[in-house]
Amino acid sequence: MPHGLVLAAATLPDALTFAIAAAVSIIGAFGVVLSRNPVHAALMLVMTLFGIAVLFVEENAQFLAAVQIIVYAGAIVVLFLFVIMLLGVDRREQIFAGGLVGQRVVAVILGVLVLVEVILLAHHRWVTGAHSVAGSLSSSSSNVAQLGRSIFTTYLLPFEVTSALLVVAVIGAIVLSRRPRRRQGEVGIAEPVVDPDGLGLPGDAGPEGAVAGTGAPDGVRVVSPPEEVGAR
Amino acid sequence: MSIGASWYLVLAAILFTIGAVGLLVRRNVLVMFMCVELMLNAANLTFVSFSRSLNDIGGQVAVFFVLVVAAAEVVVGLGILVAIFRRKSGATADDAHVLKG
Repeated sequence: MPHGLVLAAATLPDALTFAIAAAVSIIGAFGVVLSRNPVHAALMLVMTLFGIAVLFVEENAQFLAAVQIIVYAGAIVVLFLFVIMLLGVDRREQIFAGGLVGQRVVAVILGVLVLVEVILLAHHRWVTGAHSVAGSLSSSSSNVAQLGRSIFTTYLLPFEVTSALLVVAVIGAIVLSRRPRRRQGEVGIAEPVVDPDGLGLPGDAGPEGAVAGTGAPDGVRVVSPPEEVGAR
Repeated sequence: MSIGASWYLVLAAILFTIGAVGLLVRRNVLVMFMCVELMLNAANLTFVSFSRSLNDIGGQVAVFFVLVVAAAEVVVGLGILVAIFRRKSGATADDAHVLKG
Protein backbone atom coordinates (compact mmCIF):
# COMPACT_ATOMS: atom_id res chain seq x y z
CA MET A 1 0.00 0.00 0.00
CA PRO A 2 1.87 3.10 -1.14
CA HIS A 3 -0.20 5.66 0.74
CA GLY A 4 -0.99 3.82 3.92
CA LEU A 5 -2.04 5.34 7.18
CA VAL A 6 1.49 5.89 8.38
CA LEU A 7 1.67 8.48 11.08
CA ALA A 8 4.47 6.92 13.07
CA ALA A 9 6.99 7.48 10.30
CA ALA A 10 6.27 11.20 10.15
CA THR A 11 8.42 13.61 12.08
CA LEU A 12 6.95 15.00 15.22
CA PRO A 13 6.45 18.63 14.04
CA ASP A 14 4.66 17.43 10.92
CA ALA A 15 2.42 15.09 12.88
CA LEU A 16 1.69 17.76 15.47
CA THR A 17 0.89 20.37 12.81
CA PHE A 18 -1.41 17.99 11.02
CA ALA A 19 -3.19 16.98 14.21
CA ILE A 20 -3.77 20.54 15.37
CA ALA A 21 -4.89 21.79 11.95
CA ALA A 22 -7.18 18.80 11.48
CA ALA A 23 -8.73 19.32 14.91
CA VAL A 24 -9.26 23.02 14.19
CA SER A 25 -10.87 22.20 10.83
CA ILE A 26 -13.24 19.62 12.24
CA ILE A 27 -14.24 21.75 15.21
CA GLY A 28 -14.93 24.64 12.85
CA ALA A 29 -16.96 22.41 10.55
CA PHE A 30 -19.10 21.21 13.45
CA GLY A 31 -19.48 24.82 14.50
CA VAL A 32 -20.78 25.78 11.05
CA VAL A 33 -23.42 23.07 11.21
CA LEU A 34 -24.41 23.39 14.86
CA SER A 35 -24.27 27.09 15.71
CA ARG A 36 -27.65 28.73 16.00
CA ASN A 37 -26.54 32.18 14.95
CA PRO A 38 -25.50 32.55 11.27
CA VAL A 39 -22.78 35.03 12.24
CA HIS A 40 -21.20 32.44 14.49
CA ALA A 41 -21.46 29.92 11.65
CA ALA A 42 -19.57 32.28 9.35
CA LEU A 43 -16.83 32.80 11.94
CA MET A 44 -16.56 29.05 12.44
CA LEU A 45 -16.21 28.73 8.67
CA VAL A 46 -13.20 31.07 8.88
CA MET A 47 -11.70 28.73 11.46
CA THR A 48 -12.12 25.73 9.18
CA LEU A 49 -10.65 27.61 6.22
CA PHE A 50 -7.65 28.60 8.29
CA GLY A 51 -7.06 25.01 9.34
CA ILE A 52 -7.24 23.88 5.74
CA ALA A 53 -4.79 26.62 4.74
CA VAL A 54 -2.34 25.29 7.33
CA LEU A 55 -2.78 21.84 5.82
CA PHE A 56 -2.04 23.32 2.38
CA VAL A 57 1.24 24.70 3.72
CA GLU A 58 1.98 21.31 5.21
CA GLU A 59 1.52 19.80 1.76
CA ASN A 60 3.82 22.33 0.07
CA ALA A 61 1.04 24.26 -1.65
CA GLN A 62 2.04 27.68 -0.35
CA PHE A 63 0.35 29.73 -3.06
CA LEU A 64 -2.96 27.97 -2.52
CA ALA A 65 -2.70 28.52 1.22
CA ALA A 66 -2.26 32.26 0.67
CA VAL A 67 -5.12 32.37 -1.83
CA GLN A 68 -7.27 30.36 0.56
CA ILE A 69 -6.83 32.97 3.27
CA ILE A 70 -7.14 35.97 0.96
CA VAL A 71 -10.05 34.84 -1.19
CA TYR A 72 -12.05 32.67 1.16
CA ALA A 73 -11.53 34.24 4.55
CA GLY A 74 -10.98 37.71 3.20
CA ALA A 75 -13.64 37.97 0.53
CA ILE A 76 -16.18 35.18 0.59
CA VAL A 77 -16.82 35.05 4.32
CA VAL A 78 -16.94 38.83 4.45
CA LEU A 79 -19.54 38.68 1.68
CA PHE A 80 -21.50 36.17 3.74
CA LEU A 81 -21.36 38.41 6.80
CA PHE A 82 -22.36 41.39 4.68
CA VAL A 83 -25.44 39.60 3.38
CA ILE A 84 -26.32 38.32 6.88
CA MET A 85 -26.24 41.86 8.20
CA LEU A 86 -28.07 43.21 5.16
CA LEU A 87 -30.91 40.73 5.45
CA GLY A 88 -31.07 41.05 9.22
CA VAL A 89 -31.10 37.32 9.86
CA ASP A 90 -28.43 37.48 12.55
CA ARG A 91 -30.65 36.08 15.24
CA ARG A 92 -30.80 32.75 16.98
CA GLU A 93 -32.88 30.08 15.39
CA GLN A 94 -34.09 26.61 16.14
CA ILE A 95 -31.92 24.09 14.32
CA PHE A 96 -33.98 21.02 15.04
CA ALA A 97 -37.42 22.34 14.19
CA GLY A 98 -39.41 22.27 10.99
CA GLY A 99 -38.56 20.43 7.83
CA LEU A 100 -39.78 17.05 6.73
CA VAL A 101 -40.55 14.20 9.08
CA GLY A 102 -37.45 12.21 9.89
CA GLN A 103 -35.31 14.42 7.67
CA ARG A 104 -32.48 14.82 10.14
CA VAL A 105 -32.26 11.13 10.96
CA VAL A 106 -32.07 10.27 7.28
CA ALA A 107 -29.50 13.03 6.73
CA VAL A 108 -27.22 11.75 9.47
CA ILE A 109 -27.56 8.16 8.23
CA LEU A 110 -26.68 9.24 4.70
CA GLY A 111 -23.70 11.20 5.99
CA VAL A 112 -22.36 8.23 7.93
CA LEU A 113 -22.78 6.07 4.84
CA VAL A 114 -20.81 8.55 2.73
CA LEU A 115 -18.06 8.71 5.32
CA VAL A 116 -17.76 4.93 5.62
CA GLU A 117 -17.73 4.55 1.86
CA VAL A 118 -15.00 7.13 1.30
CA ILE A 119 -12.84 5.76 4.10
CA LEU A 120 -13.19 2.25 2.72
CA LEU A 121 -12.14 3.56 -0.66
CA ALA A 122 -9.19 5.35 0.88
CA HIS A 123 -7.82 2.07 2.13
CA HIS A 124 -7.55 0.60 -1.31
CA ARG A 125 -5.51 1.29 -4.35
CA TRP A 126 -7.56 3.59 -6.52
CA VAL A 127 -5.05 5.49 -8.65
CA THR A 128 -3.92 4.30 -12.04
CA GLY A 129 -0.34 5.27 -11.44
CA ALA A 130 -0.14 7.85 -14.21
CA HIS A 131 2.21 10.58 -13.11
CA SER A 132 3.01 14.15 -14.06
CA VAL A 133 0.56 14.96 -16.80
CA ALA A 134 0.86 18.69 -16.24
CA GLY A 135 4.25 19.02 -14.64
CA SER A 136 6.26 17.52 -11.88
CA LEU A 137 6.24 18.94 -8.39
CA SER A 138 9.74 17.83 -7.67
CA SER A 139 11.59 20.31 -9.84
CA SER A 140 13.81 22.88 -8.24
CA SER A 141 11.62 25.93 -8.86
CA SER A 142 9.23 27.25 -6.26
CA ASN A 143 5.60 26.34 -5.89
CA VAL A 144 4.37 29.68 -7.24
CA ALA A 145 6.61 29.42 -10.29
CA GLN A 146 5.45 25.89 -11.02
CA LEU A 147 1.81 26.79 -10.63
CA GLY A 148 2.16 29.90 -12.75
CA ARG A 149 3.97 28.06 -15.51
CA SER A 150 1.33 25.36 -15.55
CA ILE A 151 -1.58 27.81 -15.59
CA PHE A 152 -0.12 29.96 -18.35
CA THR A 153 0.94 27.09 -20.58
CA THR A 154 -1.05 23.90 -20.15
CA TYR A 155 -4.17 25.45 -18.68
CA LEU A 156 -4.17 28.73 -20.56
CA LEU A 157 -7.55 28.24 -22.23
CA PRO A 158 -9.40 27.33 -19.01
CA PHE A 159 -7.74 30.30 -17.37
CA GLU A 160 -9.06 32.63 -20.04
CA VAL A 161 -12.52 31.05 -19.83
CA THR A 162 -12.40 31.78 -16.11
CA SER A 163 -12.29 35.49 -16.88
CA ALA A 164 -15.48 35.14 -18.91
CA LEU A 165 -17.04 33.30 -15.98
CA LEU A 166 -16.13 36.13 -13.61
CA VAL A 167 -17.59 38.73 -15.95
CA VAL A 168 -20.82 36.73 -16.19
CA ALA A 169 -20.94 36.45 -12.40
CA VAL A 170 -20.46 40.20 -11.97
CA ILE A 171 -23.19 41.00 -14.49
CA GLY A 172 -25.49 38.44 -12.89
CA ALA A 173 -24.96 39.90 -9.45
CA ILE A 174 -25.74 43.38 -10.72
CA VAL A 175 -28.90 42.23 -12.51
CA LEU A 176 -30.09 40.22 -9.52
CA SER A 177 -29.53 42.90 -6.95
CA ARG A 178 -31.06 45.70 -8.99
CA ARG A 179 -34.30 46.81 -7.41
CA PRO A 180 -37.09 46.20 -9.91
CA ARG A 181 -39.25 49.13 -10.87
CA ARG A 182 -42.56 48.78 -9.11
CA ARG A 183 -45.56 48.91 -11.38
CA GLN A 184 -48.62 50.98 -10.67
CA GLY A 185 -50.83 49.49 -7.97
CA GLU A 186 -48.48 46.61 -7.17
CA VAL A 187 -47.47 46.25 -3.57
CA GLY A 188 -44.56 44.17 -2.42
CA ILE A 189 -45.35 41.23 -0.18
CA ALA A 190 -43.16 41.77 2.80
CA GLU A 191 -41.63 45.05 1.88
CA PRO A 192 -41.82 47.86 4.37
CA VAL A 193 -43.72 50.88 3.23
CA VAL A 194 -41.05 53.11 1.83
CA ASP A 195 -40.92 55.55 -0.99
CA PRO A 196 -38.29 54.07 -3.28
CA ASP A 197 -38.39 56.43 -6.20
CA GLY A 198 -39.36 59.63 -4.51
CA LEU A 199 -42.66 59.90 -6.32
CA GLY A 200 -44.76 59.61 -3.21
CA LEU A 201 -47.08 56.88 -2.06
CA PRO A 202 -50.85 56.93 -2.55
CA GLY A 203 -52.30 59.21 0.05
CA ASP A 204 -49.00 60.80 0.76
CA ALA A 205 -49.91 64.41 0.56
CA GLY A 206 -46.96 66.11 2.05
CA PRO A 207 -47.15 69.40 3.78
CA GLU A 208 -45.42 71.05 0.92
CA GLY A 209 -48.31 70.54 -1.42
CA ALA A 210 -49.61 68.21 -4.08
CA VAL A 211 -47.28 65.71 -5.68
CA ALA A 212 -47.30 65.34 -9.39
CA GLY A 213 -46.41 61.73 -10.08
CA THR A 214 -46.86 61.68 -13.82
CA GLY A 215 -44.43 62.85 -16.33
CA ALA A 216 -41.69 63.48 -13.83
CA PRO A 217 -38.38 61.68 -14.14
CA ASP A 218 -37.40 59.25 -11.42
CA GLY A 219 -36.14 60.73 -8.25
CA VAL A 220 -37.56 64.18 -8.94
CA ARG A 221 -40.36 65.38 -6.76
CA VAL A 222 -42.36 68.00 -8.55
CA VAL A 223 -43.78 70.35 -6.00
CA SER A 224 -46.26 73.04 -6.66
CA PRO A 225 -44.72 76.42 -6.05
CA PRO A 226 -45.50 77.91 -2.68
CA GLU A 227 -47.81 80.83 -2.39
CA GLU A 228 -45.94 83.99 -2.93
CA VAL A 229 -46.54 85.53 0.41
CA GLY A 230 -46.11 89.20 0.39
CA ALA A 231 -45.06 89.45 -3.21
CA ARG A 232 -45.45 92.82 -4.67
CA MET B 1 8.91 12.24 6.13
CA SER B 2 5.60 14.00 6.20
CA ILE B 3 2.13 12.67 6.85
CA GLY B 4 0.77 10.02 4.53
CA ALA B 5 -1.80 11.09 1.99
CA SER B 6 -4.49 8.83 3.41
CA TRP B 7 -4.73 10.94 6.54
CA TYR B 8 -5.53 13.98 4.46
CA LEU B 9 -8.05 12.00 2.46
CA VAL B 10 -9.80 10.75 5.59
CA LEU B 11 -9.86 14.26 7.00
CA ALA B 12 -11.31 15.55 3.72
CA ALA B 13 -13.94 12.80 3.83
CA ILE B 14 -14.92 13.81 7.35
CA LEU B 15 -15.16 17.47 6.39
CA PHE B 16 -17.20 16.61 3.29
CA THR B 17 -19.56 14.50 5.38
CA ILE B 18 -20.06 17.24 7.93
CA GLY B 19 -20.80 19.68 5.13
CA ALA B 20 -23.24 17.31 3.44
CA VAL B 21 -25.10 16.55 6.65
CA GLY B 22 -25.25 20.24 7.44
CA LEU B 23 -26.66 20.96 4.01
CA LEU B 24 -29.38 18.40 4.62
CA VAL B 25 -30.10 19.34 8.22
CA ARG B 26 -30.02 23.11 8.32
CA ARG B 27 -32.93 25.20 7.05
CA ASN B 28 -31.24 28.58 6.94
CA VAL B 29 -30.20 29.20 3.36
CA LEU B 30 -27.07 31.12 4.29
CA VAL B 31 -25.83 28.32 6.52
CA MET B 32 -26.60 25.85 3.74
CA PHE B 33 -24.38 27.94 1.51
CA MET B 34 -21.60 27.78 4.07
CA CYS B 35 -21.95 24.00 4.15
CA VAL B 36 -21.49 23.95 0.38
CA GLU B 37 -18.28 25.92 0.87
CA LEU B 38 -17.21 23.34 3.43
CA MET B 39 -17.73 20.54 0.91
CA LEU B 40 -15.77 22.47 -1.73
CA ASN B 41 -12.90 22.88 0.70
CA ALA B 42 -12.89 19.19 1.46
CA ALA B 43 -12.62 18.49 -2.27
CA ASN B 44 -9.76 21.02 -2.48
CA LEU B 45 -7.92 19.20 0.26
CA THR B 46 -8.30 15.97 -1.68
CA PHE B 47 -6.96 17.62 -4.82
CA VAL B 48 -3.88 18.92 -3.03
CA SER B 49 -3.27 15.56 -1.38
CA PHE B 50 -3.35 13.76 -4.70
CA SER B 51 -1.21 16.48 -6.22
CA ARG B 52 1.47 15.72 -3.69
CA SER B 53 1.18 11.96 -3.70
CA LEU B 54 1.16 11.73 -7.50
CA ASN B 55 3.84 14.41 -7.87
CA ASP B 56 1.69 16.41 -10.26
CA ILE B 57 1.00 20.16 -10.31
CA GLY B 58 -2.38 19.60 -12.01
CA GLY B 59 -4.17 19.04 -8.72
CA GLN B 60 -3.13 22.45 -7.46
CA VAL B 61 -4.25 24.05 -10.72
CA ALA B 62 -7.64 22.37 -10.23
CA VAL B 63 -7.85 23.87 -6.74
CA PHE B 64 -7.07 27.27 -8.22
CA PHE B 65 -9.99 26.96 -10.62
CA VAL B 66 -12.26 25.66 -7.87
CA LEU B 67 -11.46 28.78 -5.86
CA VAL B 68 -12.39 31.03 -8.76
CA VAL B 69 -15.62 29.17 -9.45
CA ALA B 70 -16.51 29.18 -5.75
CA ALA B 71 -16.09 32.93 -5.61
CA ALA B 72 -18.35 33.41 -8.66
CA GLU B 73 -20.88 30.96 -7.25
CA VAL B 74 -21.06 32.77 -3.93
CA VAL B 75 -21.54 36.11 -5.63
CA VAL B 76 -24.42 34.88 -7.79
CA GLY B 77 -25.97 32.79 -5.02
CA LEU B 78 -25.98 35.61 -2.51
CA GLY B 79 -27.43 37.89 -5.17
CA ILE B 80 -30.27 35.42 -5.65
CA LEU B 81 -30.78 35.25 -1.88
CA VAL B 82 -30.96 39.00 -1.57
CA ALA B 83 -33.44 39.12 -4.46
CA ILE B 84 -35.60 36.46 -2.77
CA PHE B 85 -35.53 37.96 0.70
CA ARG B 86 -36.43 41.36 -0.62
CA ARG B 87 -39.86 39.88 -1.31
CA LYS B 88 -40.12 37.29 1.47
CA SER B 89 -39.07 37.95 5.00
CA GLY B 90 -38.22 34.38 6.05
CA ALA B 91 -34.69 33.10 6.09
CA THR B 92 -35.31 29.38 5.63
CA ALA B 93 -35.39 27.23 2.55
CA ASP B 94 -39.02 26.32 3.29
CA ASP B 95 -40.07 29.92 2.79
CA ALA B 96 -38.84 29.83 -0.80
CA HIS B 97 -40.46 26.59 -1.89
CA VAL B 98 -42.35 28.04 -4.80
CA LEU B 99 -40.64 29.35 -7.89
CA LYS B 100 -43.25 32.01 -8.35
CA GLY B 101 -42.18 35.23 -6.74
